[in-house]
Amino acid sequence: MEMLQRPAVADPGIDDAVAKLTDEQIEQTVNKVMGLLKGRIDVYTKTCMHCGMCAHACHYCLSHDLDPTWSPVAKVKNTIWEMQRRKGKVSPEFIRQAARIAYTECNGCRRCSMYCPFGIDIAFLITGVTRRIMHLLDVVPQYLQDTVNSHAATNNQMWVQQDEWIDTLMWQEDDARDEIVGARIPLDVEGADIMYSVIAPEPKILAQLLANISMIMKVAGLSWTMPSTDGWDNSNMGMFSGDYDTSGRLERAHWDTALRLKVKKVVMGECGHAYRGAVYDGPRYNAWKYSPLPMVHAIDFYHDLLESGRIQIARKFDKPVTVQEPCNIVRGAGLGDKLREIMMATCSDFRDVKPRYEHNFCCAAGGGAVNCGPPWTKTRIEGNRVKGEQLAYTEADYVVTPCHNCRSGIEDIIKGYDLKMHAKFFSEILVETMEIPEDLKA
Amino acid sequence: MYEILRGPLVWIAFIALFAGAVVNVWRVLQLPKKDKVTYAYMDVKFSVRSILHWLVPFASHNMRVRPVMTVVAFAFHLCLLATPLLLLAHNELWHESWGVRLPSLPGVVADAMTLIVVFAGLFFVFRRVALPVVAYVTDWTDYVVLLIAIAPFVTGFIAARGWFAYDTVLMMHVVSGGLWLAAIPFTRLTHLLYFVFTRAFMGCEFGAVRNARDW
Repeated sequence: MEMLQRPAVADPGIDDAVAKLTDEQIEQTVNKVMGLLKGRIDVYTKTCMHCGMCAHACHYCLSHDLDPTWSPVAKVKNTIWEMQRRKGKVSPEFIRQAARIAYTECNGCRRCSMYCPFGIDIAFLITGVTRRIMHLLDVVPQYLQDTVNSHAATNNQMWVQQDEWIDTLMWQEDDARDEIVGARIPLDVEGADIMYSVIAPEPKILAQLLANISMIMKVAGLSWTMPSTDGWDNSNMGMFSGDYDTSGRLERAHWDTALRLKVKKVVMGECGHAYRGAVYDGPRYNAWKYSPLPMVHAIDFYHDLLESGRIQIARKFDKPVTVQEPCNIVRGAGLGDKLREIMMATCSDFRDVKPRYEHNFCCAAGGGAVNCGPPWTKTRIEGNRVKGEQLAYTEADYVVTPCHNCRSGIEDIIKGYDLKMHAKFFSEILVETMEIPEDLKA
Repeated sequence: MYEILRGPLVWIAFIALFAGAVVNVWRVLQLPKKDKVTYAYMDVKFSVRSILHWLVPFASHNMRVRPVMTVVAFAFHLCLLATPLLLLAHNELWHESWGVRLPSLPGVVADAMTLIVVFAGLFFVFRRVALPVVAYVTDWTDYVVLLIAIAPFVTGFIAARGWFAYDTVLMMHVVSGGLWLAAIPFTRLTHLLYFVFTRAFMGCEFGAVRNARDW
């Protein structure tokens, strides 16, 4: 087959692994994975009429002026079709290209499945099947594999040790108490109503978000806790690399922790993929039809706090602000309306985007793409010019990004296209605008 | 010769169609044995919701932003399926053989529908050649499938007019029609059978699992 003409990008996780591959190893691995999923893959490949109707769905394809090699169906052609047609007899160079497509040119946002007349699950074929094969061949971008290794060794994404975790929580609790009297981050409270889940970037690089939730919980007067042990991080890089064993083990640890603490529900912080992992992928891997306890995403949670009046807004955020809709909570959980309602409840100059709701564009950082690290940043930025244009059109000063991947992706888009904007989590807006009762003011 | 084609060959085509269809559908229904997550979340409401949004013209976003393709594709499929069933000449044959008859289309309408199939087919060829996103994923099988689909309409139209050697054209029509039927389960024309399954799966994944719309 004709190989794609893309500028070379050095990534030892891919390059070194490809150099070691043998033809037999490739053939066996491809046939093992595709054999296991043969029924579903066959139905999809026999149904696809090669109509190209998915092309306009993909932010990469749109951002490359409809270059056909970036369309969703082209990505299937250059991965699944070829492996299926050749019955696994593909070259190491083919595997290099397939890995590049699967990890760095698709975010698994599933917008294309909404544009395919047959509803073919294209993201499953690229980020599910192809990445599984790449993982079993050890051909995984180095930065991404490092995060998976961290998950495997520490049960969190960023090599955070337990003492560092507890220390960070105590530090942020202290900071929260500078603002709110009696703010706490209660650890291991058995029988609390809520376990609050975060992902490892929060203690590692965005610790102030922990103080934010401490303040919000105190003002709302809720019974909540966080675990001091493993199981606090439910980001899930194995889900993205194709290492479903590590992925499933992580989700198991997370839910086991929530069950041990006998909480009524888990509130997931502002992260899309962690929500997806805990609610969809994790339970499926662990042979549960649904998650063992209810999980509520932060947007849903904040919506409830505002709607019930537990949190009142003292003064609205008055700068022009727009929003990024994370795939996993809007296209993936239908929270588009609630997101807008809380934006309008807290911001006086909310500027909506177009396209929006399920039809909004991905941030191009999700699906593990941002975790592929600096070698692939340019691919993400160039591949999401449409997002830059969409945001620029709003002329907003701030973009609310209720997801960690979106936040990183949008910050790169802002820098890449020189937009005069800043990304913010919703909790930052809420802490700034909520009414703090007099007796709680520090 | 014509009698052989009209008799056994057409039977063979129908048997291939129905046997192949049963096997294909059976295969899909066997999926849960290996792929346990596929069917766990299936739900009639969300399946029907998704199928209807993609069976009704302009009911989905992508249909609205590509109006020409939508009109052509719906006209093509409607005429492709309805014309052979409602054609007077076919009804006469069924009546002669089995004593049953469906409502018949006036000749001029049937002719128009036949031409719609042929010209829509040419439109699809044009897309495959002219649009880079389609051309990139097009291979020879796409043209073969399209040829199989429209050949009976071309030969039928010519036969009905008596152009060229009537007997030869009529035999070509019967052969191409038989091939059209028999090819459905064995080529990508099987999207006719799989459409409801792929659509229902995505409808449930979006609706029942993710609380979102897929159109």
